[in-house]
Amino acid sequence: MFNLFLLQLLNGAQFGILLFLVAAGLTLVFGIMDFINLAHGVLYMVGAYLMATFAGMTGSYWFGLLLALPATLVFGLVLEFLVFRRLYDRSHLDQVLATFGLILMLSEGVKILWGSAPLNVDMPALLSGSVPLAGPLQYPVYRIAVIAAGLASAVGLWALINHTRAGMLLRAGASNRPMVAALGVDISRLFMLVFAGGAMLAGFAGAIVAPILSVDPGMGESILILTFVVIVIGGVGSIRGAFLAAILVGVVDTVGRTFGPIWLRMVMDPAAASQTGRMVAPMLVYLLMAAVLFWSPTGLFGRKGAK
Amino acid sequence: MSTSATRTLAPRLSAALAIFVVMAAVPPLALAVDDPFLMVIASRMLVFAIAALSLDLILGYGAMVSFGHAAYLGIGAYAVALGARWGVTDLLAQILLGMGMSAAFATVTGAISLRTRGVYFIMITLAFAQMAYFFFVAQSSLGGDDGVALQARSTLLGLPLEGDQTLYYTILGALVAIYAGLYRLTLSRFGRVLKGTRENALRMQAIGYRPFRYQLVAYVIAACLCSVAGVLLANLTEYVSPAYMSWHRSGELIVMLVFGGIGTLTGAVAGALVAVGLEELLAVFSEHWRLGFGLILVLVVLFSPDGLTGLMQRLGLRAPGLRNDGEGRGDD
Repeated sequence: MFNLFLLQLLNGAQFGILLFLVAAGLTLVFGIMDFINLAHGVLYMVGAYLMATFAGMTGSYWFGLLLALPATLVFGLVLEFLVFRRLYDRSHLDQVLATFGLILMLSEGVKILWGSAPLNVDMPALLSGSVPLAGPLQYPVYRIAVIAAGLASAVGLWALINHTRAGMLLRAGASNRPMVAALGVDISRLFMLVFAGGAMLAGFAGAIVAPILSVDPGMGESILILTFVVIVIGGVGSIRGAFLAAILVGVVDTVGRTFGPIWLRMVMDPAAASQTGRMVAPMLVYLLMAAVLFWSPTGLFGRKGAK
Repeated sequence: MSTSATRTLAPRLSAALAIFVVMAAVPPLALAVDDPFLMVIASRMLVFAIAALSLDLILGYGAMVSFGHAAYLGIGAYAVALGARWGVTDLLAQILLGMGMSAAFATVTGAISLRTRGVYFIMITLAFAQMAYFFFVAQSSLGGDDGVALQARSTLLGLPLEGDQTLYYTILGALVAIYAGLYRLTLSRFGRVLKGTRENALRMQAIGYRPFRYQLVAYVIAACLCSVAGVLLANLTEYVSPAYMSWHRSGELIVMLVFGGIGTLTGAVAGALVAVGLEELLAVFSEHWRLGFGLILVLVVLFSPDGLTGLMQRLGLRAPGLRNDGEGRGDD
């Protein structure tokens, strides 16, 4: 039982790391530009599809990853240049509409280009297999690598934001955009960099998840909404909040699905427990979000009085 | 506002009346050209017009951009499935059931969502709608993910809603009644407080109102009215599934509203007609109609500086009064 718990905890952490990679760029975009981008999940999906394509073409996971990352970055920049740039000064309603239209277009475009059937990406030989974890417990190397890659990205982001000039401008921009612009910083260029970085992180998440999940046209949307939950819990614009909330959401969701019915069985009969558990488990993260908001309407690390 | 309001409101009403009269003529027309599918499309238009109308109350008049309104469409639809299971087949009783369920869900989630503003509100309403979606996906006794086919349509005062025409006119009647009710509501003191809050919540507070209460009541009313659309939609398709409350549907409701112009009621009806019509039209050309629909949406928002309503005005599509107030574009 303890082993199962540990296993699910690790799975939850791995899922949380992915959520963080998608949420990181999005929360900065929300925080700095007050721009709501529904199409961010598309970048995650495109990253996975490009990974599947390039890995298939080159026959190598590593070459695939090497090509998929810059390709997603370019794709994100093109989107920024063509669409998002024109939306920053618009109302939230216009932003919602345009990015919603973009989702419809791009999801359908992906279906046309790659078909609706899920694609698979082979795991690299270096990272396949399992390692013993505790006693008889084995854990796949690849998932550990995903956690490590995500943690490395988080540390990198932390260093970038807290110890570089660009990061300083970014933090300043997040707390008072007009003031930073008035001081002579080209805020739209800064934003383009943020957007490109966020796009690549989302694409990276999509690319590294491709070997463990199937790559299908719906994957961007399912993660997008959980990403919103993460951002709302963590507080818009806060990387630290996004990280903690992502891990929290990942663990609560994964552990809740497995252990919800088990724990419920202690207080009710097995049939009712499994029925209730199956019903409650997918709702857990939303209940968590509601609880956090009830307690603090701007999330855990949101700026008080923020919009 | 009051004198000019009475002058501009009349054309808005006559535009709505014209739409209702034209829609009332659809069934005989469909019979004449022997195209029953025409009536199915028109029924869908009317059902979504009800849903868009209800959204207009909170989005247009209350400046609350809810991205989870389709949840109530789904709750209404499930009220039919649940009612049928419990032996409640009367349409009015099912509407009451749907309204009760929606009111309960909307009161709790609305009270939490309204603590927040701006992008938070958009994301939270979306997340709550997803919660409702997953709740119904998990109901294996109601078909889970696949949904459940209804045994029969509901009955109205003991008479079965057989035949597409009967149902069509029932839907049209509901639409007209809801339009009239909302029209009255938006002109009432309640509606004026809501509009005042949209323009400036702080000032409303300063003159002694509590915006939260009005917003929450509006949110619950909108939810209840949308569930009526859900009840009718379930009867129309004789099928209930969680797909009715997918977040795509919520997005489409906003699209309908903006196509027609927000905060006018008549615009919501017109927008639903246009959006459903456009969907059906594009679907004729290709199964990948979403590509075109999305492209149109992006292009219109991008290249019309005032959003869609501005474009409508520039294209001269503005039936008099069928235009946005210019303010309160649903932001903050």
